[in-house]
This record gives sequence, C-alpha cells and structure tokens, in this order.
Amino acid sequence: MTTTVDEAQLLEDFEHTVAQHDRIEPRDWMPERYRKTLVRQIAQHAHSEIIGMQPEGNWITRAPSLRRKAILLAKVQDEAGHGLYLYSATETLGVSRDELTQMLLEGRQKYSSIFNYPTLSYADVGTIGWLVDGAAICNQVPLCRTSYGPYGRAMIRICKEESFHQRQGYELLMTMMRGTDEQRAMVQESVDRFWWPSLMMFGPPDDQSPNTAQSMAWGIKRDTNDDLRQKFVDMSVPQAEALGVTLPDPELAWNADRGHYDFGSPDWEEFAQVVGGNGPCNAQRIAHRRRAHDEGAWVREAAMAFAAKQVDA
Amino acid sequence: MSHDPETSTQTSPYEDLYGGGDAAHWAFGTGFEDPLAGLGAGEAAAVPEGVSPRDLATYSLMLADDALVMSHRLSQWCSNAPELEDDVALANIALDLLGQARLLLTRASAADPAVVPTLPEGSPVPAEDALAYFRGDQDFLNVRLVEGEDADFAEAVVRLLVFATWRLALLSRLRDSSDPVLAAVASKGVKELTYHRDYAGRWFVTLAQGTEGSRARLLAALDRLWPMRPELTKGHAVESRLAQCGVGVDPTTVGDEVDDVLGQVFAAADVARPDAAGLAGVQGRTGRDGLHTEAFGRMLAEMQVVARAHPTGRW
Repeated sequence: MTTTVDEAQLLEDFEHTVAQHDRIEPRDWMPERYRKTLVRQIAQHAHSEIIGMQPEGNWITRAPSLRRKAILLAKVQDEAGHGLYLYSATETLGVSRDELTQMLLEGRQKYSSIFNYPTLSYADVGTIGWLVDGAAICNQVPLCRTSYGPYGRAMIRICKEESFHQRQGYELLMTMMRGTDEQRAMVQESVDRFWWPSLMMFGPPDDQSPNTAQSMAWGIKRDTNDDLRQKFVDMSVPQAEALGVTLPDPELAWNADRGHYDFGSPDWEEFAQVVGGNGPCNAQRIAHRRRAHDEGAWVREAAMAFAAKQVDA
Repeated sequence: MSHDPETSTQTSPYEDLYGGGDAAHWAFGTGFEDPLAGLGAGEAAAVPEGVSPRDLATYSLMLADDALVMSHRLSQWCSNAPELEDDVALANIALDLLGQARLLLTRASAADPAVVPTLPEGSPVPAEDALAYFRGDQDFLNVRLVEGEDADFAEAVVRLLVFATWRLALLSRLRDSSDPVLAAVASKGVKELTYHRDYAGRWFVTLAQGTEGSRARLLAALDRLWPMRPELTKGHAVESRLAQCGVGVDPTTVGDEVDDVLGQVFAAADVARPDAAGLAGVQGRTGRDGLHTEAFGRMLAEMQVVARAHPTGRW
C-alpha cells in the first residue's frame, strides 16, 4: 500500500472484501465506525461472559452432586476463558482489557441483560445451559462467519464450548425430570422464569433495532433479531416436548402456512427496565465485579512491581 | 484468505456445530474420565491382602476429604480472583482436587461399603455423593488447614503452597502403594500437584517481593496459617498401620521434605520461617479424628443443603 491511496479507494477495497465474505484482519484499513461498532459488540460479549460467571457461580458451592459440581465449575471456568479470548480480540482493535473493564464498571458498556435475572434453584443451572446458552449459540454461530477475522476465529472455539454447555444443561434437566416430583416442579418453575428473558436475548424487534442495518451491511451481524428469535423458538419447542415441560406461552402454536411456530410477544417493558439498569440483579452484578476488581488491585500492583524489579535486576 | 461463501446457510444455527436433528447427542456424557478406567472391576474393589478394609476406607476418606474441602474453598474464588487468568487457574486447581476426591471417595466406598451413609430405600444417590453430602462434620477426616475461608488472595496462596507441598510429598510416595487404585490416583495427582505447588510458589515469591503492602499481607497470612502446619505431619494410627503394610504413607515421614521445599520458597521470597506453636486439638483430637473448626460446619451446611433436601433426587 502506498501513502497516495486515498480514503475513498480504501473504503472501496474494504467494502469489496466484506462483500466477498473475506475477512478483515487487524492490520487492514477499516472505517472508524466499523472499528467502534466491533469494539462495542465484542466488548459487550466479553463482559457478558465475565458477568455471566456470577449467576451460575452462585450455585457452585451448593451443587448437589460432585459430578455436577465438576461440570458447573468447569463451565464457569470456560466463561472466564471466553472472556479472555474476546478481550484479546478487542486488543487487536487497539483497546486494552483494562480500558474495557473500566467501561463495564462505570456502566459505560453493557453486557447481556439475561444475567440481570437471579438464579433461584439448581434447576436454573440446567435452564441457563439449555435456553440461555441455546439462545447465545443462535446469536453466535453466525458470528463465526463475521467479517472481522480475530472475532470470527474466537467465536468458533466459543461456540463449540457453548454447545457442550448447552447439552450439559439439557442433560441436567432431563436427569431431574426422571427424578422426584419436587425436582420436576423445580424444572418447570425454572423454565417458566427463564423462557421470556431468553427470547429477549435476541434484542428488540427488528423495527426497533437501530444498529442492525449497518451491522448487517458490514458483515458484523448476519441475521436479524426477529429471524434468530424465530429459529430459537422453532428449535426449543420440540426440545421442551422431549423434556416434558410446558413453555409458558398460550399463543405458542405451529403455523403450517409459515412453517414456523407462532409465539407471543415478550414483555418489552420489562426488557426496557432491565436494559435500563433496573433489572432484579443489575446493581448486584456490577457491585460484585467492582468488589472483586478492587480487592484484586493490590495483587495486580504487586505483580507489576515484582515484574519491574525482575527487569531491573 | 477467502473463507466459505454463504453457500451453507443453515436452517438451524446449531448445525455447523454438531450436525442435524439426531437426538442422540443430547445425553453426551460429561467429558470426565471414568474414575477407575484402566483397572478391572475386581482389581478396583479388592482390598490388598492383610489390610483391614475399614482402615483402607478410612485412609481413603482422609485423603479424599483433604482434597474435597480444599477444592470447595478454592471454588469460592470463582468470579472473585484478582485477574481472569487467576480465576481460570484457581478453578483448574479446584477441579483437579475435586477429581482426586471423587476417585478416593469411590475407593473408600469400594473398600468398605459400611462407611457410606445409609439413604432412603431406592435412593439413586451414588456412593461418592452419599459420602460427600450425607456425612456429618465429625465424620469428615480432613486436616484443619483446608477448612478456613480465605481472608484474601495472600491467604489462598499460602494455604495452597503449604497444602500442595505436603500433598505432593505424600502422593509421590503413594505411587508405590500396593493398592492399585491408590497408586493410580497418586500417579495422576502428582502431575496436578506439581503444577499447584508451582502456581502457589510463584505467587508467594511475587507477593513477598512485590509491594510493601503485598508483603505485609503475605506475612500476615503466613502467621495465621502456620499453626496448622504441624497437624499435617502429625500422623494418625490408621495412617501408620497402612504405611506398615505398604498401602499408605505415614505423614510423619514427609515432614523434612515439606520443610525443605517450603524453606526453598521462603529463601527465594526472603521470608523467615515462622516460629509458631501448632494449633492445639481438643483432648488431643484434631482434623483426622473428626475434630474441626467452626468455619467447617458452616461450609458443610452450604455444600450439603440441596443434596440433603432431595435424598432420593437424581442429578
């Protein structure tokens, strides 16, 4: 590349690359808004992994069998690992993990609102695996083909692990459904609480989603919110039947003309409340992260001081 | 580099990951190894000749409970560590120890089924869970070092350093056990504990040599935990009997090695070896005798609450 190439030419090359479904790599020229959109989206995903450790971590010390404890601990550990890959992907865009952590702690960047719901029984561990990880996979599998190379490659590994978590969650619920009446009731109650918030994970309806069109044009996003939501419902209904639970939506019905399930509308007012910071656990989740971060400050300082002494020595 | 054009637009976003509508993938297992893989069923259950089955079960419980309780305390760091890398590392160590505990609990139940608490008829709870979740605190045989909740990261580092150093010394000898199950558990455990000790040792030196504040915290943690050190190599009659017949390791024989290894870490960290008396027992009874700390009862209450609410539950 020569210094005489003007921005119009760069933009044209960039758009050509995206249109060909080739990858944009860190050293390639990219429009500033593309870079910012990516940072926002990847950081939000990274933060979701980190905050998502809390609702499930809530049950590690009470896991009712050693096998389940091992599965849950390994899963929450994977989420920390996903956070690490994703923060690394944002570093290729020139933003450090520290900066993004500060933005999270100050409420300047968001994370998935689903983690602002509480986990109230051990069945929630299974339901989060089945529905929440299931919805996350619907959102994320298309991102394996996203236009930005480091993000797409991180997503391939993340999606493989997420799908493993999803099976484990479903398997926990299946096992509990073969257990006692109390356990079956626990599963149903958990599904009742998490079904609608899971549908909200795909974001607002398409006509109210301000960023979708540009993100699709850039190949950052590949399906609309409503399309993904429909896919998720279509997949989940037979899984619920196999499990023996009822999904809490009286409007849920197969529509032979459309070849899809019809379903009711989530409570978008509740969604707005939770996104706006007033969900059941928003303050708690951020306070937890801030406390852990603050309590670790002296350790990070010690590590930096020690490393500096090794360089000097 | 070009990648696949969107010729493969899937009907289900899962398809890329694990293929179409086959229902068999749902019960996929857990990815965790069979505890006694590699050993025949008969070999796994047999108690070596001349060994009391109750002694072997008790000894297995001692080693299992140390790992189980230490793992539980480490797992409390999840989402609370100073850096993501340490969150991952501590969870990893907790998982390793949980794995060791499961193997050893299974060994205890196979050696002498009478140690397993009785559950309501028809309960599907496996032996390892009956032992972990349905014993009372006084039936646990772990040392008291592993019971406390870490006050800060320095305490986690000191506790792990002392624990891993001691357990590595024990398990490296236990690889020669005449009990094939204990020998197999030890072989697996030695690799894991070598890493645990290394992780804790590096942080010990880093905190000691980092800032004034980190050094002060480290020394305070060392002062708090050091009184638990003598109990580790005090020895119990069961350990002594099993060592005599070649099945177990007598902890009184590893004290010098433990002090030597810790001494090397202290030297690298420029930390003086503490000079504190061992924590007293009650009428001479300590952790191995089922005599525990107040913190342990609360820990067990939390750990066991869901399992105990569903004694016939399936998980």
